[in-house]
Amino acid sequence: MPQTLKEVDVVVIGVGFAGSILAKELAASGLKVVGLERGHSRHSVPDFQAPAIHDELKYSIRKGMMQDVTREAMTFRNHYREVALPMRQWEAFLPGTGLGGCGVHWNGQSWRYHEEEFIYKTHIEQRYGKKILDPDLRIQDWGVTYQELEPYYDRFEYLLGVCGKAGNLNGKIEAGGNPLEAPRSREYPNPPMKEQYSGALFRKAASELGYHPFLQPSANSTRPYTNPEGLTLNPCVYCGFCERYGCEHFAKASPQTVILPVLMKNPNFELRTESQVLRINLDSTGKKATGVSYMDAHGREFEQPASLVLLTAFALNDVRMLLLSGIGKPYEPTTETGVVGRNYAYQTQSYVPTFLGEDVHLNSYMAGGASGTVIDDFSVDNFDHSSLGFIGGCYVLCGSTNARPVEFHPTPPGTPRWGRKWKDAVRQHYNHTAIFNLSGTSTSMRGNYLDLDPTYRDAWGLPLLRITFDFPDNDVRMSRFVTHKASEIARQMGAKIVVDSPRTGPFTTTSYQSTHNTGGAVIGADPSTSVVNRYCQSWDVPNVFVVGACNYPQNSSYNPTLTLGALIYWTADALKTRYLKRPGPLV
Amino acid sequence: MSDGPSSNSRRNFLRSSLVLISTATLAGEAPALLGSARAEETRRFLNESERRFLLAAVDRLIPADERWPGAAEAGVVNYIDLQMAGAWGGGEMLYRHGPFRKGTPTQGYQLEYTPAELFRRSILAINAHFASQAKSFDQLPSEEKDAYLSSLEKGDIDLDGVPSNTFFDFLLQHTVEGFFSDPIYGGNKNKLAWKMIGFPGAYADYHDLIDKHGVEFHREPLSIADGPGYHSMNSGTGGK
Repeated sequence: MPQTLKEVDVVVIGVGFAGSILAKELAASGLKVVGLERGHSRHSVPDFQAPAIHDELKYSIRKGMMQDVTREAMTFRNHYREVALPMRQWEAFLPGTGLGGCGVHWNGQSWRYHEEEFIYKTHIEQRYGKKILDPDLRIQDWGVTYQELEPYYDRFEYLLGVCGKAGNLNGKIEAGGNPLEAPRSREYPNPPMKEQYSGALFRKAASELGYHPFLQPSANSTRPYTNPEGLTLNPCVYCGFCERYGCEHFAKASPQTVILPVLMKNPNFELRTESQVLRINLDSTGKKATGVSYMDAHGREFEQPASLVLLTAFALNDVRMLLLSGIGKPYEPTTETGVVGRNYAYQTQSYVPTFLGEDVHLNSYMAGGASGTVIDDFSVDNFDHSSLGFIGGCYVLCGSTNARPVEFHPTPPGTPRWGRKWKDAVRQHYNHTAIFNLSGTSTSMRGNYLDLDPTYRDAWGLPLLRITFDFPDNDVRMSRFVTHKASEIARQMGAKIVVDSPRTGPFTTTSYQSTHNTGGAVIGADPSTSVVNRYCQSWDVPNVFVVGACNYPQNSSYNPTLTLGALIYWTADALKTRYLKRPGPLV
Repeated sequence: MSDGPSSNSRRNFLRSSLVLISTATLAGEAPALLGSARAEETRRFLNESERRFLLAAVDRLIPADERWPGAAEAGVVNYIDLQMAGAWGGGEMLYRHGPFRKGTPTQGYQLEYTPAELFRRSILAINAHFASQAKSFDQLPSEEKDAYLSSLEKGDIDLDGVPSNTFFDFLLQHTVEGFFSDPIYGGNKNKLAWKMIGFPGAYADYHDLIDKHGVEFHREPLSIADGPGYHSMNSGTGGK
């Protein structure tokens, strides 16, 4: 028999960036908040300390910080006519687990989205007409605008201590920054990171070709910085163990460094780790959540009643929890009915390995997670697509996040995979090869979606999430175009060998690309095409709010975290100033 | 083979051996010869015939050269032995619920075997294949070893239920892992794989170096086993 616990005001499912910030805001407003985290508690000291944290095998190869795949996997297929099979280990993307969530193992690349991305469908159709869109594409507007989110972007940047140089300050173009960025209301809280050698070579070549290079905005601090919560970050030492690792230096912004110490001190908040939420419980009308059911590490089941449920468990897990709880109608791709799981998208990554020759010593292991010099000239809709026959784009970044050798040992095309020639090539190119990273838009498409798997189950007997995804032709054409442009820059750098390698289909689960899984519980103005309203509130069960990259109706060129931060504070504000005064639908 | 090239090869071999030894002596970090390596065998999972096959196979995947050790000298077989004896080998890091079905290439590994079972099953089939011809893989000349490994790589052979390319990819993956991982895992002996490419290992403080563009940075690589002596954070200030 599950034990019913004392009712609280708010239960938060998943204590990463979204969970910890929302919990902090609501606990500070006087509400009793319980945070349920399925993973372990962990902190910069002692859990992320050197030298043990610099263990490539444990963290990068065996995925030491990721969701326990033995208990909760996901299934995958490229097309809904195929049979999905479990991803038996994490490769293509890396969902985190444990206190702080993905906010612990991210790189810290900190991008705002563009104004037109929030009105993407309207903007694209106005600029190019409807004919530019392939019939299967399903882009849409967010129902919230950049102008509305700008103050919340700003707040999140100051929480993290983001390092960069403004390129557009209230509409005025600033030297040294990204002239193509959306207007920001004030300068970044900290100056940009140091430029790597490969980035400096890229900057010169990109400038010569007429592009606009700048240093990527970063949440790896560049100087001692005390955030508005009173927590202090140290400067990054460019250790080269950032993504997939926790930061030993208090330099990477993570929930542990920028918010949790404040939250944990508030007696209105209680953290329960190793607590696996099984479902959100609804009353007999199905329109109101009564709380959640969860199981602890001893296998004891509890019911935690709450007036308000915040679902902040990572994009993919949020969608699965809605489906397991029967909140919202599941999407069906042949009839295009239902909404939960609709518009799942990803990131169209491609790479340009650039072999510079043995006299160029790049020392790529000297790297912050968000190191890199970048151009924004080919992102999203920063260039004219009228004659190109596709929408979307990529930012083009040159720099390194690491040179850990199990993962990184580039060899030129034609090199055998093993043997003496392979070994010689690894030695010759290891310290002399830059790899451009192109982060590309992922356009939502009718057949790409999330639902529950009919066959495979987790350790608690519940159906796994099933992912159905392949790259839309539009995105393959986009990747080909932008990757060729990037290769021109690589050749301008004087590279001996440039490997022009655009992303091609089919999507495969077997190699890492990105953990920017988006959509499935998208935000919008129309309940027939969205799961949550403009305040991230469930259309169907108004005392459930879902905040994650699952809200994105399609995916941008840019890394998703900063936009998620803006949505978190936007939602916190709506909860505090409107919902709590009058609980009920906000739209 | 005619006498000429053969004696040439022999002379070349001798010359390279001398170079190898003298370099190693000068550097003071002799790649362990196979004989003395026997004493350091970990013997946690692999049996004698598995070890013999793996020693010969990884020696072809990453061979020794005049200056740098290959996978065999670097201890990669010990690495594999320890990995297979542990949680990874036992399948405790994989989702292992059935039904097991053959998937598309994009769906990744779908066999029911744990990594340890996959290794054992495949090597047993390989050893049986050679035994049936009264041969042993490790006794083949290098060219024949390479040819056989290539046929495994192509996936032409069924290794008692394991497609040979699945086994080959798995073997190559573990060979590279063992070669380049921290020596605490049994391979990368004396950090020589890191020295070969110039990776400083677990050392990680480049604040004052990252913008010195183009410098040649030489530093003794740091293993996790070397301890926290080089620098470590105190409690920091973020936890305040």
